[in-house]
Amino acid sequence: MAHEATMHPSEHGHDQEHGHESPVVFGFWIYLMTDCVLFGSLFAVFAVLRDQFAGGPTGKELFDLTNVGIETAILLFSSITYGFGMLAAQKHNSGGLTAWLGVTFLLGLCFVGLEINEFTHMVSEGNGPDRSAFLSAFFTLVATHGLHVTFGLIWMAVLMVQNFGKQRFTERMMNKLTCLSLFWHFLDIVWICVFTFVYLMSVV
Amino acid sequence: MLGKLTWSAIPIDVPILVGTFVGVAIAGIAVLGLVTYYGKWGYLWREWLTSVDHKRLGAMYIILAVVMLFRGFADAIMMRTQLALAYAGNPGYLPPHHYDQIFSAHGTIMIFFMAMAFMTGLLNIAVPLQIGARDVAFPFLNSLSFWMTAISAILINVSLFVGEFSQCGWLAYPPLSESQFSPGVGVDYYIWAVQLSGVGTLLTGVNFFTTIVKMRAPGMTWMRLPVFTWTAFVTTILIMVSFPILTVTLGMLGLDRYFGMHFFTNDGGGNQMLYLSMIWAWGHPEVYILVIPAFGVFSEVVSTFSGKPLFGYKTMVYATCSIGVLSFVVWVHHFFTMGAGANVNTFFGIATMIIAVPTGVKIFNWLFTMYKGRVQMHASMWWTLGFMITFSIGGMTGVMMAMPAADWLVHNSLFLIAHFHNVIIGGVYFGYIAGLNYWFPKVFGFKLNEKWGIRSFWCWFVGFYLAFIPLYVLGFMGMSRRMNHYDNPDWYPWMLVAEAGAILIMVGIACMLVQIYVSIRDRALPENVDLTGDPWNGRTLEWSISSPPPAYNFAVVPTVYGLDAFHHDKELGRQGTHKEFEPIHMPKNTAAGVFVGAFSFLLGFGAIWYIWWLAAISMLGIIVTVIMRSANTDIDYYVPVSEIEHNEAEQSRRLVAQAAE
Repeated sequence: MAHEATMHPSEHGHDQEHGHESPVVFGFWIYLMTDCVLFGSLFAVFAVLRDQFAGGPTGKELFDLTNVGIETAILLFSSITYGFGMLAAQKHNSGGLTAWLGVTFLLGLCFVGLEINEFTHMVSEGNGPDRSAFLSAFFTLVATHGLHVTFGLIWMAVLMVQNFGKQRFTERMMNKLTCLSLFWHFLDIVWICVFTFVYLMSVV
Repeated sequence: MLGKLTWSAIPIDVPILVGTFVGVAIAGIAVLGLVTYYGKWGYLWREWLTSVDHKRLGAMYIILAVVMLFRGFADAIMMRTQLALAYAGNPGYLPPHHYDQIFSAHGTIMIFFMAMAFMTGLLNIAVPLQIGARDVAFPFLNSLSFWMTAISAILINVSLFVGEFSQCGWLAYPPLSESQFSPGVGVDYYIWAVQLSGVGTLLTGVNFFTTIVKMRAPGMTWMRLPVFTWTAFVTTILIMVSFPILTVTLGMLGLDRYFGMHFFTNDGGGNQMLYLSMIWAWGHPEVYILVIPAFGVFSEVVSTFSGKPLFGYKTMVYATCSIGVLSFVVWVHHFFTMGAGANVNTFFGIATMIIAVPTGVKIFNWLFTMYKGRVQMHASMWWTLGFMITFSIGGMTGVMMAMPAADWLVHNSLFLIAHFHNVIIGGVYFGYIAGLNYWFPKVFGFKLNEKWGIRSFWCWFVGFYLAFIPLYVLGFMGMSRRMNHYDNPDWYPWMLVAEAGAILIMVGIACMLVQIYVSIRDRALPENVDLTGDPWNGRTLEWSISSPPPAYNFAVVPTVYGLDAFHHDKELGRQGTHKEFEPIHMPKNTAAGVFVGAFSFLLGFGAIWYIWWLAAISMLGIIVTVIMRSANTDIDYYVPVSEIEHNEAEQSRRLVAQAAE
């Protein structure tokens, strides 16, 4: 890669001299696998409690598939836009990276907004997480995903700012962008499971 | 403004707590005063508290673990004393409200803050050195992990003096731990302390897994990995798979308590058995997370002090991996009485019994390693022998309880308490202390005193049997766990014997303190100082460098040609041929871990007491600190060749001096 030749030695990731590749992306991937166990546990809980309505509403009565469909489309589309951002980053196209990350950020923000809207609507009708075990499991699983997305948005904003500073397109910066990319796509996969097992299967 | 926190939360009416507080305060002021008197604050801050050096973090983990051992043991001997008194109408000196907090704190502290901290400390000290690495994969995360553990330990101890601790046992089973039955802050202290330390543990798992996969020295193939590193590797996998389950489980308990949700409540469709299943899906792997590295320590110790390669290295590796896998399919044996049905119980009963097979393989491997070896009875070897006897007995009572029919008779009785102390003291604790005696000179450059170490061993060994064999008997006699008082005259003499055992263990702990004191006092004596870096004629790479090692560990990254790499290098005279040094790239120390830890402490404290502004500010503090760390580009440096040459020349001079004697 051309940019490596221009880098100051201290900008290499830790451990470069050992003849290994940087462990950052691998380590982050491993961390994501632990996150996968975390979501797996929440899905298991939802599977156990999904019919514990305690006399309250069922998923079929509560879920608005149109809204969820829009959320799904937005999130999946944001994965593509992040991918375009990564392509721009590989070419060291700073403007392209900022633009695509900006689009991804807005899409993520819309997703979180729609989710908050859905939640407040349910809570205002008395169907909050304290209504039944089913709703506790639903809110916890979906909100955990939503919190992950929110965290991803904060991270994305930080990287967009940092890319204007002295870390621009250094190896460290590329590692960070790659990790966030993994994180963002991972959240997409989790959402597909949420969409299928939580929303669709509650409605059919 | 201060949420639920009022003056009435300070238990000034409980003399034991006031006395403890005065003691802790005096000791704390004395330590702070000494540091100030010797002007060591800057040194402490720059060289230790902000350090990202795995050896120093390891030492700090173990210091934390030993301090927590005192706390956990103080709880233990208070319980034993209560039961030696509270018989036939005598209420004893601990009211149930206080006694219940003590047994909950004892279990929580001993597992999360004694054993886990000790285990992580040993991993930190030994793993990078054994694989020929200059540090772990993520040095800053390593510092962060330590601080998350440390502040959680502080948080749980704050509950002594501000508010109360959980009264629900070390796993806080609902519905007792729900706000309906435990409205106080005790369970919240438990949840936050365990959750925050869980963050640290999970990061340690990711960090060391990555380190072992990615940073092994050239030539160190998987089947050339030292056994301790193998066990560390399996433990990191168990951490990564099981700790997220714990996070989710305690998270849901917290949501029940804070937001009135219905995961585990009696009403609203909650399901307590879901909690049991999940907490043990973490909890059973957890005990293997603790004991597998202890097995690794024993393997290193037996091999080194028998002067032989470990018997059956490959079977040891396969046995370790099998135990790791099996640990995930046995959790129901913790609640056979739940009523899962005969078929389910049979599956889990058989799976549990199968674990005895790889464990038996290990015991025989250690025995055959000693067979026809030139065994040196070093203190760590005594702990190992004590372990083999004690752990075998504990394993057998475990297999007894693996039979669901038998388990129903002794479930929740003192027989169970005796069993798990038998394996945790006899396996985990003995192993960690063997590791402490074994690796101490590597970290500090002088040996631990042998005489006091062996005295400590004998007190622990005999004290253990005195304290816990009576509990087996009492379990058969029908005494259940967590009792505050009783009136059965047949139980009383056995409780007195158990009390005597606890006192003997206390003498063992005192011997360990004397051992440390004497060792520091006599550190400069020629027989104690470790000039060569290889005091035990070791076999693995950590003994090939000076004691204490330089921050970068290896001046030249070693090339590995086989198992027991350093032993073969010594046999073939391969050491010291390479003198071409290059600047070494190292991470700089950072205070970010300390700050994230401090904010996490305030976050936990704020959430426990419903001081929401404090919790919010702390959360913001964590995020800002992490962002600032991410923006910092001054995070590493190069060790110049001149410094490496100087260190290496010093080490050569010491080796020559030693050889001349």
